[in-house]
Amino acid sequence: MQKITREILIDKAAFLLSTGVVGSVFGWRAGEFDYDVTPALFTDKTDLKNNFVFGDFCGANVSKYLIKATKNAEEKILVFLKPCDTYSFNQLLTEHRFNREKVYVVGIPCEGMADVRKIKEKAGEGILKISSTEDGVIVDTLYNGTISLKKEDILLERCKNCKSKKHVAYDELIGEDGTVLENDRFDEVAALEAMSPEERFNFWQNELSRCIRCNACRDVCPACTCEKCVFDNPESGVENKAAYNSFEEKMFHIIRAFHVAGRCTDCGECSRVCPQHIPLHLLNRKFIKDINQFYGEYQAGEEVGSRAPLVNYTKEDIEPNDAVNKGDK
Amino acid sequence: MQVNEFKPKIVAFCCNWCSYAGADLAGSNRLSYPADVKIIRVPCSCRVNPMFILRAFQRGADGVIICGCHPGDCHYTSGNYYTRRRMALLFSMLDYLGIEKDRMRLEWVSAAEGAKFATTMNEFTEKIISLGENKRLEDLRCKK
Amino acid sequence: MQRIGVFVCWCGSNIAATVDVEAVSQALAKEPGVVHSANYQYMCSQAGQDLIRAAIKEHKLTGIVVCSCSPRMHEMTFRKTAESAGINPYMVEIANIREQCSWIHKDILTGTEKAIVLGRTAIAKVNLNAPLTAGESPVTKRALVIGGGIAGIQTALDIADAGFEVDIVEKNPTIGGKMAQLDKTFPTLDCAACILTPKMVDVAQHEKIRIFSYSEVAAVKGFVGNFDVTIKKKARYVREDVCTGCGLCTEKCPVKKVPNEFNLGMDTRRAIYIPFAQAVPKVATIDADYCNMLKNGKCGVCSKVCTAKAIDYEQKDTLIEEKYGAIVVATGFNPISMEKFDEYAYSQSKDVVTSLEFERIMNAAGPTQGKLVRPSDGKHPHTLVFVQCVGSRCANCAEKGKEYCSKICCMYTAKHAMLTRDKYPDTDVYVFYIDVRTPGKNFDEFYRRAAEEYGVHYVKGMVGKVMPEGDKLMVRASDLIANKQINIAADMVILAAAIEPDKSARSIATMLTASMDTNDFFTEAHPKLRPVESPTAGIFLSGACQGPKDIPETVAQAGAAAAKVIGLLAKDKLKGNPCVASSNELMCNGCSSCERVCPYGAISYVDKEFRGPNRTVLVRRVAQVNPAVCQGCGACTVACPSGAMDLKGFATKQIMAEVDAICK
Repeated sequence: MQKITREILIDKAAFLLSTGVVGSVFGWRAGEFDYDVTPALFTDKTDLKNNFVFGDFCGANVSKYLIKATKNAEEKILVFLKPCDTYSFNQLLTEHRFNREKVYVVGIPCEGMADVRKIKEKAGEGILKISSTEDGVIVDTLYNGTISLKKEDILLERCKNCKSKKHVAYDELIGEDGTVLENDRFDEVAALEAMSPEERFNFWQNELSRCIRCNACRDVCPACTCEKCVFDNPESGVENKAAYNSFEEKMFHIIRAFHVAGRCTDCGECSRVCPQHIPLHLLNRKFIKDINQFYGEYQAGEEVGSRAPLVNYTKEDIEPNDAVNKGDK
Repeated sequence: MQVNEFKPKIVAFCCNWCSYAGADLAGSNRLSYPADVKIIRVPCSCRVNPMFILRAFQRGADGVIICGCHPGDCHYTSGNYYTRRRMALLFSMLDYLGIEKDRMRLEWVSAAEGAKFATTMNEFTEKIISLGENKRLEDLRCKK
Repeated sequence: MQRIGVFVCWCGSNIAATVDVEAVSQALAKEPGVVHSANYQYMCSQAGQDLIRAAIKEHKLTGIVVCSCSPRMHEMTFRKTAESAGINPYMVEIANIREQCSWIHKDILTGTEKAIVLGRTAIAKVNLNAPLTAGESPVTKRALVIGGGIAGIQTALDIADAGFEVDIVEKNPTIGGKMAQLDKTFPTLDCAACILTPKMVDVAQHEKIRIFSYSEVAAVKGFVGNFDVTIKKKARYVREDVCTGCGLCTEKCPVKKVPNEFNLGMDTRRAIYIPFAQAVPKVATIDADYCNMLKNGKCGVCSKVCTAKAIDYEQKDTLIEEKYGAIVVATGFNPISMEKFDEYAYSQSKDVVTSLEFERIMNAAGPTQGKLVRPSDGKHPHTLVFVQCVGSRCANCAEKGKEYCSKICCMYTAKHAMLTRDKYPDTDVYVFYIDVRTPGKNFDEFYRRAAEEYGVHYVKGMVGKVMPEGDKLMVRASDLIANKQINIAADMVILAAAIEPDKSARSIATMLTASMDTNDFFTEAHPKLRPVESPTAGIFLSGACQGPKDIPETVAQAGAAAAKVIGLLAKDKLKGNPCVASSNELMCNGCSSCERVCPYGAISYVDKEFRGPNRTVLVRRVAQVNPAVCQGCGACTVACPSGAMDLKGFATKQIMAEVDAICK
């Protein structure tokens, strides 16, 4: 799947380290299994050579990690950003979350990242090795032998609906830059909108009641970078957790989606990391769809310094009562 | 008959400069509206955090209405424009989650519109009564 | 824990008739924090207030809830009562049980029940109230007026006459503005110079007024009462303190072909010039774009002829820092460009002129010494066509014109037509109009005189096209009343160009954080009740920068702005509203969301050091609210995702407590 190899990136990183352009490298660290990849900071060349990986499981959006990494960094940090990561990168810059001068961005192309859940569903347990092919992966398993899977069957949801292969921020690019893509990412939202309120309620009740409030969606979200999250702050009045199928979970997700509305770049990390497989991106996308429809197309992160729709207005904006009644005859 | 027994809880956020004054005028003119409506005074409708609305629903409110100055008349020049955007998105989201969209409303009521305030509250309360108790949103743990 | 006292007012029978006040005070006595609960006939009366004061002392109360009429009525009263008994006035909350309860509910059971809930809600809030103190800031007793036209001049004079220092910043070499270019003024036809230039002299001679001519505002910091302004004085290459304004240099300068902007380019001036005879300050200015000495170091004639030794080719732009308590914007207007109005052949024929150009032609000090001649051949015109609303009221031509009415055109066109007919009875004068709008004292009478006594042909309809043919201008127009097309072979066509705010206004508005409308006119704090104040505290509006205005209106508004400035400068200290936003720096992300929604520019950012783990120091960008500028709307509190921004007096926790109390 990925056309670019880890060797190219390691060479690039080694070169930038040795020439003194950067002092460390942010990328992905290999784990025990092929699919078990973690974002990590590399300061040591040997460590980089041995443990840096790039492949079909490097879906993690590393932009957010730069806030912490740049804080005490003396030298520039090299970061490899996929096209979708660059949107989050810009959005963070818009919000002054880190110093651009401390980062050296190498834009890398992306062919779409694999969803290990989908692979596990198809290949079963006991995965020994996953190797990339031109249009998919070959999985060696303990129990089911070797299985070949097609790319369209194993892509992450957000990659199936990839919105852009274009890098909106970089100091240097590896390979050719892509373009903003036509996509169907709002289809699922539209399908939900077409349902009756009861159906929608049942749908969300079913999805959100699985929430275990592990906060993974918040922790991974590149828009959720608050010094202190309202959900961790006893002063905020919304910090309490619930263990029952109640409105509490909905409130958490509504407030979280509202807090990132207009700032969410639709990177899809929330859904990727949710251990309960709740399609959280459908909440954020609803806001994006509404924003586009009510206030004109807006892509968070496309441009550093752009004014998010919720801190903006026009005198002719739609009335909320009309906004919710737009579907009614 | 049972429907008439239902006493809804309705929270009305009113901006100090227009809508709260409009409510005062309704009072001065003895224009009645249901006692189920309780007003919270805020400096501007833009002070209303979506969290307050969710909180109200969570604690058992059956309807929430936000009232502010008409667009262009905001005492703070632009506050209600932000309110309009925030509420459009919030209401649309709640509707998307399957919550009855008529439980929340934004109305522009000027200080001169005492009659409009009373009519709005009468209509809104009627609507909430017809929707019945807010079961979908209420946090079960908060019930006595 | 608070010690709260509850005071239920009967308001005679206004409340007591439909609310069982005794039941309310008993019920509220059981609420958390309440240590005393009473009711009385008239709480706002002297006796009622004494009762509150006595209870404060006796029960050592820390918070007060008054269940009475609307807080808009007596909140102030009870705050003062509390203060006089030694509690912070912001520890008082009002439960509105009259307007919101007793007056609208007829059933005593319903009324009582609701009154209890409203009281409970106020108690829940007071439990979380904190004492608030209004900040005080000193006032710099000096005003800045940006723009030296008639608006700025009048404002400056009025402020200075009240005894305060005023500085005028004017971007041109002289004050006077548009009015200095006018010939006569409607509806009385006095000559503009005759009434304006004495005022210019008054300004120059006023001991409280300083003029920074050929200067611009470069930066503004601070807030109401305490503005720090940087003024850029552009190099004029002539020492202002030495130049006597004799004008010899302007006669000897060899560069003669510089378009004269004062006459709108209809004649020329030298590279060193004094805009007009009565200029203030009457000091020469070298136009660096044309001066040979400045361009290539060859010439120096002006320096040689100047006996006062005022020429200084080495002069540089200088920056002046000054402090002000108030700033008045008087940046005025300009006619819009006629370039896009090809249908009127403005760029094809010299004989198609704008009204301001016509004003210069008619002016005795203008390029033709006041003789009405065609700019193309100097011949006397016989047929003149005036076209109204060129670019005004132009809803469907937004790309070249303006949607609004420019307001002054109907009257000055009537003036032009009347003066033309008066001086040259052999002329035929046509005025094409959509409507004639004359709402001003003696305005309609003036217009009727033009039409009836002076025989000006007013035609309701618009000109479709002007085509130069030989030495004539063929005007094709429609007469809507006769419902026919008319063609006129005219000698001159005069266009009443729409007016727009001066281009400098936008950047000034940004510096001042003063809001503008979509047309770049400054917005007023309230369209009816605060028409000369900007929503940004300490910024005032004078003249056409706020909207199209004629001279009488401009002068009236200039005086009104001055009155507001005087009212501000007369204070030694400004007491703020304590219910302002404040940011918890430990929680602030520095994301700028709050700054973007703040209508007052009250929020700024600082890099602040925070102690991190292991004795490290982290520098973070955090928001700070200037309490003197914040008006307490709360827009920022919702924009803030982390909840770092909160509003004093209407804190998130307080409002949540009210919500909970209502929903209980």
